[in-house]
Amino acid sequence: MTLMNILEAINKTIDQQMEKDESIVVFGEDTGFVGGVFRATAGLQKKYGVERVFDMPIAEAAIIGSGIGMAVAGLKPIAEIQFSGFILPGYNQVVAHAARLRNRSRGKYHVPMVIRMPYGGGVKALEHHSESLDVLFGHIPGLKLVVPSTPYDAKGLLASAIQDPDPVIFMEPKRIYRAFKQEVPEEEYYIPLGKAKVVNPGTDITVVAWGPFIREVQKAMKLLENDHISVELIDLRTISPIDEETIVESVKKTGRLLVVHEAYKSFGPGAEIISLINEKAFVYLQAPPARLAGADITVPLPRGEHYFMITDKKIAREIKKIMKFIP
Amino acid sequence: MLFSNYDPLKGKMLQVLDKDGKVVNKDLEPNLSNKVLLEMYRMMLLGRIADLKAVQFQRQGRMLTFAPNKGQEAAQVGTMMAMKKTDRLVPAFRELSAMLTHGVTLEQTYLYWFGNERGSHFDEDVNVLPVNITIGAQVNHAAGIAYALKLQKKKDVVVTFIGEGGTSHGEFHEGLNFAGIFDLPVIVVIQNNQWAISTPRAKATKSETLAQKAIAYGIAGIQVDGNDPLAMYVAASEAAKRARNGEGPTLIEAVTYRLGSHTTSDDPSIYRKEEEVAEWETKEPLIRFKNYLIEKNIWSEAKDEKLSEELNTFILETFKIVEKSTVSLAEIFDYTFETRTPQLDEQYLELKEFFEEEGI
Repeated sequence: MTLMNILEAINKTIDQQMEKDESIVVFGEDTGFVGGVFRATAGLQKKYGVERVFDMPIAEAAIIGSGIGMAVAGLKPIAEIQFSGFILPGYNQVVAHAARLRNRSRGKYHVPMVIRMPYGGGVKALEHHSESLDVLFGHIPGLKLVVPSTPYDAKGLLASAIQDPDPVIFMEPKRIYRAFKQEVPEEEYYIPLGKAKVVNPGTDITVVAWGPFIREVQKAMKLLENDHISVELIDLRTISPIDEETIVESVKKTGRLLVVHEAYKSFGPGAEIISLINEKAFVYLQAPPARLAGADITVPLPRGEHYFMITDKKIAREIKKIMKFIP
Repeated sequence: MLFSNYDPLKGKMLQVLDKDGKVVNKDLEPNLSNKVLLEMYRMMLLGRIADLKAVQFQRQGRMLTFAPNKGQEAAQVGTMMAMKKTDRLVPAFRELSAMLTHGVTLEQTYLYWFGNERGSHFDEDVNVLPVNITIGAQVNHAAGIAYALKLQKKKDVVVTFIGEGGTSHGEFHEGLNFAGIFDLPVIVVIQNNQWAISTPRAKATKSETLAQKAIAYGIAGIQVDGNDPLAMYVAASEAAKRARNGEGPTLIEAVTYRLGSHTTSDDPSIYRKEEEVAEWETKEPLIRFKNYLIEKNIWSEAKDEKLSEELNTFILETFKIVEKSTVSLAEIFDYTFETRTPQLDEQYLELKEFFEEEGI
């Protein structure tokens, strides 16, 4: 076991995978020589050479599009998009090509590529550096969308993403990149994609969250300590494909649901999860399923960002509101 | 005529002042009044000091991430001084000096980098688009504005800036290609500052010069010493004249150097050598322009010191106002659409209630 933060866990995972699989290549803007602006790929160019770990020109369509080409020709690309807000020029390649090639070619081609990108707000960043574009990927057939919330998960989920035969969008919660360290096994291990984790078992209300919000919900649970509310916290880990079973079973038990995400509220991931509950656990509900999400506004610049952020206090208040509901 | 003498394929760079401020190209020395020359210098010095101060404020935790323009003042001020007030500026994100020269106030630019959207709400008669962070997108915007101006039979010109790293981006190609096909009145200034974060110029393009990319688009292109404000002025004036005459777009490569970091989050010492920076320090734009003005007997070290002090005071006073600025909850909802939707109303009220309960 070694103490690692999320960035170190990501670095270690890529390193281990590259060591055993020569077909893996790592690239993006500033990913080579300096190891990315967050240093997620630091040291890899030195270890594996400039042909396997390199800097791309500033062109997201080129990063993703050429990644597709590499994948088709037998390489395993791990592409980095510097900030998730920058992916949009490459979005055509993601949606129109990476996600569809297997289906279009009836399985002749497939795209075993991982697209990593830091996402989310709360770091007092400039414009286009704070987005949570979850649904832009979750909505697209043929894409998997994975979000780790801890160093342990980052390592196990990224390893699975790299091994996955299809394109995986790996959104990294940059707000907690270096927020805390955790004992993480040195050796390889895999956390299956498509499976959620019950972080905290409970009986009164199910809270579904992912990425940086696992910690926020845990803080909210501390605030609620004297309210005697038993929260079942589910870390989705993989947003798409979603782990229906874990969520549905939980809500059947608790009868209440809160989904927490920073992505915009309208047409956001919360809408999908609540629909799922309406379809599969409707009769078990004791209160309307609710979502606490980013307002439908462009993420404000830092002087107004605090209004927008989903905090432990907002979560605690929402949980109490749901608990007070009388049918 | 000017452009044909500086064929970008022949590696000839337009220069009027050498690094020490000596006139090396008498024929091209623009005939500018002392007033204009001094205004040009004042804008460059304002751009420089405002930049240094912004970095300092950021280090003190009083300002957010900032993208310094230190070293690129001539490329920006030289270009914008050649424009009319009605011409349009479409910046990327390192154009502090260009924006100030074209009428954006220091308070506004500081507000933006302070993290307040009001910093992109410029005055009525200021024809500048907000800072653009997403690489390359501004070239298409500039081309579109130019198309509109042409259709409206206006004689105004659009200027946009991009870095040499940004030329890797598809939108650089798309915008220039469109502008070329329709002979649009647009000037694209590539500030070749040698570094795109950690990626050196050599890895931005295999082309020998950035200016030669103009040839492929069938438009005029010229490589200019971007640290020479007079050369930039001459090239931009000629480009604007051509644009106003319906002769189409111009691509100007301003050869310059990013003396500062990419942004205040970046540490360039990891990827570039001190000696390289030191060498470019000797070629930086303010020294040569000051020397030129002193040589012309319209400036002196004493005046320079006095102006620096004045600007310094002005900057500190401005920042005091900026630091007091706040953003209201209503404001973050009010500009999503012309009028708030029912959803936005509801979300606003929910948050208002929450913050009132919290006593914030």
